[in-house]
Formats: sequence, structure tokens, C-alpha cells
Amino acid sequence: MRTEPRAVALISGGLDSMLAARVVREQGVHVEGLNFYTGFCVEGHTHAVRRQDRERPKRNNALWVAEQLGIKLHIIDVVEEYKDVVINPRHGYGQFMNPCLDCKGFMVGKAREWMAANDFDFIITGEVIGQRPKSQLKRNMPVVASESGAHDRLLRPLCARLLEPTLPEREGWVDREQLYDWSGRSRKPQMHLAEQFGLEDYAQPAGGCCFLTDPSYSRKLQDLWQARGERRYELDDIMLLKMGRHLRPRPHFKLIVSREDGENRFMHGYRKRFTHLVPTSHGGPLALLDGEAAEDDLELAARLVARFSQGRDADRVRVAVTEREGTPREMEVTPMAAADVPQEWYVG
Amino acid sequence: MSAEPLQVDARGLLCPMPVIRLQDAVAGLAEGACVQLLATDPGVHADIPAWCRVHGHQVEAVTDDHDPDGIIRLRIRVGGSGIAEQ
Ligand code: SF4
Repeated sequence: MRTEPRAVALISGGLDSMLAARVVREQGVHVEGLNFYTGFCVEGHTHAVRRQDRERPKRNNALWVAEQLGIKLHIIDVVEEYKDVVINPRHGYGQFMNPCLDCKGFMVGKAREWMAANDFDFIITGEVIGQRPKSQLKRNMPVVASESGAHDRLLRPLCARLLEPTLPEREGWVDREQLYDWSGRSRKPQMHLAEQFGLEDYAQPAGGCCFLTDPSYSRKLQDLWQARGERRYELDDIMLLKMGRHLRPRPHFKLIVSREDGENRFMHGYRKRFTHLVPTSHGGPLALLDGEAAEDDLELAARLVARFSQGRDADRVRVAVTEREGTPREMEVTPMAAADVPQEWYVG
Repeated sequence: MSAEPLQVDARGLLCPMPVIRLQDAVAGLAEGACVQLLATDPGVHADIPAWCRVHGHQVEAVTDDHDPDGIIRLRIRVGGSGIAEQ
């Protein structure tokens, strides 16, 4: 019989969940981390594809946190199951396309399943009351606990003293007096505690933990659903929303135009699945065409791609057009003038 | 020690999917077993060693073709415990 209590901590890669896990580990509890991969995560190297992002450390923040804390981290692929959270959130969206309250319930629910399957005792999250609008309101704390099925096995060490005592506190697995009573948007207590623990160089995501809190990304996702006439996505779709300029010149197709080398290379991997265009007479970007395009659509697409090439001021630019699974053919087109590209074609 | 490494193909997948594939493969293996991971996302250079350190496995060899369509191969030896038990 083991006597040491065991807790599973949701690790996002940010500071709050890192501190929450650390606080409980300090009390002699065995802690392991769970990180959920939804496809929308800001984590990962897709984000570092662009040169401007390359300065940032190339690391998976959740793994980095686990290493700092000295705990194991299990990364769980929830891409398929998470679709329902994004497409049909019971509690609706936050400011953008972020279904935070449903998302939390979902993740804690997955952690509860993992806890049961692996003989752990309770779940830790880094929630702080009032830190974010809506999902971290005090009245929504019980919503996550009950909808996830975790009930009183869900401990929020950073605001526990503002909430009813949970099972780990009542059982004495953790000392409630050594937990926190944080609320509000200030980040000072977190930074102070991080300093006490000697934690440095942690990630500080600006908006939320995922792309669904990004306004431009959210508009691209809505555009995708509108164009398809249904709320549906595949992993490739949402990865490509992180990449390139998106222009929708016609309702039935859009172009994803790479902005620089890194994106070019990344999008290269998608060539076989999309009709794609690349200038041949001049240097220029790779563009993927998402949707259906007739001959005149292809010509319009080629003129747009030429507009983003080094031949934008030339009379004619040759563009190689390869339809899905086809062989490349060349089109010679007049680059579109910047002023002729309506602003509403830009998505995002 | 087992002679033939278990092959895990994560080509064309972006991080953290290669980590997840490796994690799922290792879950069924005993200490000392060997896994060969094939990947194309350069992110594996950072993430696989980090994941292995956390779980107590060893990255024994890495080869990289260093071209956009190239393949990165990592050989991983399954360890007995992660840093949590140390
Ligand atoms: S920001 Fe994204 S990952 Fe974080 S709770 Fe909201 S929907 Fe979930």
C-alpha cells in the first residue's frame, strides 16, 4: 500500500500552473504533469517558424516546466475530442473564439479519467479567481469541478483558501494554511512566489494559453466555417490558420500566401494536398489554394501571387500552377496592383 | 538488450506529435528496449531529449539530413525511471 498521496497537475507551460504544481510538491505530494495537445496551442515550433519568432527559445514550455519542477509530464493528444469543445461550447465563447469554460471542464475531465486509470488521488490546476474574464469567475469554479466529474478532488492551490475545502485538504494530504488566496488580475503575487522558488525564464503568454484568444486567428477560423457552410475543421486547417497571409477573393476559395522563408518551408509540406502556386520568373512566395477554383479563379490567384512576388512591378510574371495531384503548368499574368486588392479580401 | 529497435514513424508530424508517438510506443516497452524515431520537424531536436530527460530515457544517437525534405533519426534507450523518482 502506498501512503504518499499522488496528484496530477494540469501543466500549460505558463507560470500559474507551474506554481500550483510546485506548491503542492513542496508539501511532499508526488506530482506528475498532464499537458493536452488541442492543435490550437501556442506552444510548439510552428510558432517559431517565422524568423521574427525565432529569437524566442525553441522549446516546448510544458516540458520545460516539468524539467524545472522535476516531475514527469504526459502529453495527451486530444485533437479529435477537442473539436466538440470548440464547435459546440455549452457555455459559449469568451471575447474571441475561446471556449474557456468548456475547455477547462473538458481538460479537468480528461485529467479525472487519467487519475482514475493511474491510481492518483487528486487534480491540481493553476486557476486564480478573477484572473480571466468569465472562465475564472468565482461562481464558475464549481461549474468546472462538477462538469468535469472531479468534484472535491480538484484543488486550486493558488486560490484554495477562497474556496470550500476540498478532499485533499480535509484528508490532510495538503495543508490548507500553506495554500493561497489569490484573486484578481494582478500578476505580482505569482512573480513574487516564482522569485522565492528561484524560477526564472518562464513563459508569459499575453492573451491566453491558446490561439483561440487571438482576434486575428479567431476571424480566420470563423471565415473557414462560413466558407464551408458548416462548423468543422481538421488539424491541418487549424495549423494553416497560424501561417501566412490569408486572402479570400471569392467565397469558394482562399489563398494562403507565405510571408517568408520559414513559412515557405513549412507550407511546402502541404503542397501535395492543395492546389498551389509559385512564381517562376521572379522570386516569390508559395501560395496554397484552399477550396475549388475554376480557370478564371486560377488566373486571379496567379495575379495575386504575382503581386506578392519580386515581380510585382513587372508587366508580366510567370507563375507555376499545380492543381491537386496534377503536373505544374505555367501561367503568364499581370500582377495585380496593390490598390486593386480590396481590403476585405484579407482575412484576419 | 533487444537487437531490433522498434520503429516509430513521426515523419510529417509537427511537435508535439512526435513526442506523443514516442511516449505511446515507450509505454509498452521494458527498460533497456530501443526505439528508432523518424521525424521531419526540427523541433524534435529540443523536445525529444527534454521528454527523455524528464522520464529517464537516453537519447543515444541523432542523425539529421539537414535539408527541408530530410529525415531526422533518433535512437532512444528506454530507462528505468524519470527525474521524479531520483
Ligand atoms: S485560452 Fe484556450 S486553452 Fe486556455 S482555457 Fe481558454 S480555450 Fe482553453
